[in-house]
Amino acid sequence: MSRINLDITKDHCPMTFVKTKLQLERMDEGDILEILLTAGEPLENVPRTVTEQGFQVLETLQVKGDIYKVVIKK
Amino acid sequence: MSGDFDKAIAVFTLASGAAAVNYEVNLFFTFWGLNNIKKNKGRGFIGKGVLARFFNFLLGGRNNLPLSRLNFAGASPGLMTNLMKSRNVATLPELFQASIALGVNFYACEMAMHVLGLTRDDLIPEVKDVLGVATFLELSKGGQTLFI
Repeated sequence: MSRINLDITKDHCPMTFVKTKLQLERMDEGDILEILLTAGEPLENVPRTVTEQGFQVLETLQVKGDIYKVVIKK
Repeated sequence: MSGDFDKAIAVFTLASGAAAVNYEVNLFFTFWGLNNIKKNKGRGFIGKGVLARFFNFLLGGRNNLPLSRLNFAGASPGLMTNLMKSRNVATLPELFQASIALGVNFYACEMAMHVLGLTRDDLIPEVKDVLGVATFLELSKGGQTLFI
């Protein structure tokens, strides 16, 4: 089981969830993905879309200001 | 889909976004839309027949897509790409590559290819098939169809 980091704080729709999806596809079952993203559209949509696809959002924490970390298990 | 730069951005944004959330996406490229999926990204005298070769040269490939408005003799797509880069928004080539990586299906219109004298070999290998309208409608049955 490995932990992978993905920083999408500089990205916008649709690349926020496109990059998330491409990264998740490359990972193995049980791997953990830690995503750094910004508040607003990415924070609302990325956790929602990964949950819809059957991945598990373990936690969402505020890193600082409007930067958040979302931890996802494949 | 058709062959304008701004419309191509709309198509590949929707396509990659939808594919990223597990929609099955089928794109049907017809007439000027074929410019998006030509193997040759720039201008080239490709195809069969003098007139068709001339048309294909003028149309060019996906590096030559014009803006549907405010094209300014082809200067605008480059300016727009720079603007998008400076704003950290995915550019057309990035959206195009993302669509391919996420398994968006590309289909080429058989009739438009015939008119423009193009063969399967003139198109990128990612094109899944060359189809007629009836087959494409069959494929997209039960889904939503957008004309962009």
